[in-house]
Amino acid sequence: MHTTSSGPDHARAALEDGLRQGLLAGLAGDTGAYHAFLQRLAAHLRAFFRRRLSHWPSDVEDLVQETLLAVHNQRHTYQPGQPLTAWVHAIARYKLVDLLRARSVREALHDPLDDGELLLAGSDTDAHEARRDLAVLLDALPDRQRIPIVEVKLQGRSVAEVAAATGMSESAVKVGIHRGLKRLAACIRENKAL
Amino acid sequence: MKTDDLIGLLATQAAPVAPHAGARRTLRALAWSLPLAVVLMLVVLGLNPALAAYVRLPMFWLKFAAPLCMALAGLALLGRLGRPGMPTLRTWAAYLLPVAVLWAVGAWSWLSAPAGERQALLYGLTWSACPACIAMLSAPVFVAAFWVLRGMAPVRPRLAGAGAGALAGAAGAAVYALHCPELGAPFMAVWYVLGMAIPVACGALVGPRLLRW
Repeated sequence: MHTTSSGPDHARAALEDGLRQGLLAGLAGDTGAYHAFLQRLAAHLRAFFRRRLSHWPSDVEDLVQETLLAVHNQRHTYQPGQPLTAWVHAIARYKLVDLLRARSVREALHDPLDDGELLLAGSDTDAHEARRDLAVLLDALPDRQRIPIVEVKLQGRSVAEVAAATGMSESAVKVGIHRGLKRLAACIRENKAL
Repeated sequence: MKTDDLIGLLATQAAPVAPHAGARRTLRALAWSLPLAVVLMLVVLGLNPALAAYVRLPMFWLKFAAPLCMALAGLALLGRLGRPGMPTLRTWAAYLLPVAVLWAVGAWSWLSAPAGERQALLYGLTWSACPACIAMLSAPVFVAAFWVLRGMAPVRPRLAGAGAGALAGAAGAAVYALHCPELGAPFMAVWYVLGMAIPVACGALVGPRLLRW
């Protein structure tokens, strides 16, 4: 895990610059740079949420995943001249507030201590294990979105290979993944509203 | 799913994003909503029959230009409210500047008029219809602005909803000015501003519900 020295300003500026270059390279189509960017970002987000969710450590990884998905799906709203930190922080904060609000509503509706199943449902032993399994939400997507995502994720196949294996066109595979990721974010939202 | 798996999945999607996606979405939204507002004005209210004479009057231009400037500021506002981490205070100030001008001119006109004429300057003949008509004409742009925001990432949904309403109200008022027969500055300072405030309040009300992402 990254540890960031909270020291002088130029260290922070270098960090900001590194992340920003990663995102910009990703926006230009550089898969490797984008992967590295997301990984560094995830580490920062994890530390950020862990500090603010000390009462609910099991929500941290859910929130990291949700925020990564949001950053990815909404990456077209980033303007190259803007400080990346401000952009990411605003998104992370929005997702955090959203979670806390949903939580306070839910806890006002049910008394969690009355529900024995809920009490045993989570395990905190592995902080890197998300409580909400995106794979389960993934199963609910239509085939033309689910299959490309599962193939690319689990089999590690390229878009071209998935296209050849499924008989879909390459652009249909890409569109399927793109729409599937948007749908996934919507599923998270609907789940939370329950 | 492990976070690393998710990252691997997202990384495969690294691809050039169409530049100016937000601006193009906004243009597309205005391309249908603004003409629709004009048609609505023509069909439901009708063009001001004296418009040809009105265009030579400074008061008409105040009435038309103030909401037009506000709509332009509203466009900038929409772009900033849809992007996480963008401050909007100055853009709100720019949006409200024409209101200050309307109020200043209205107050001056009111105070310099003989007491007997003040009622006519303030109420005109159409004060009771004006705010509701402006709100009605703002509806198409209101829907369009929300559609634009839903394609972006507003992190303050209530403020973003108000911003969408601000753009819509100003656009509706500019279109309404092509129908409106009134020329009193106090009239504009009160009833136009009230009409433009209605969509702002509606936007703030429905923003948190409609702008979740």
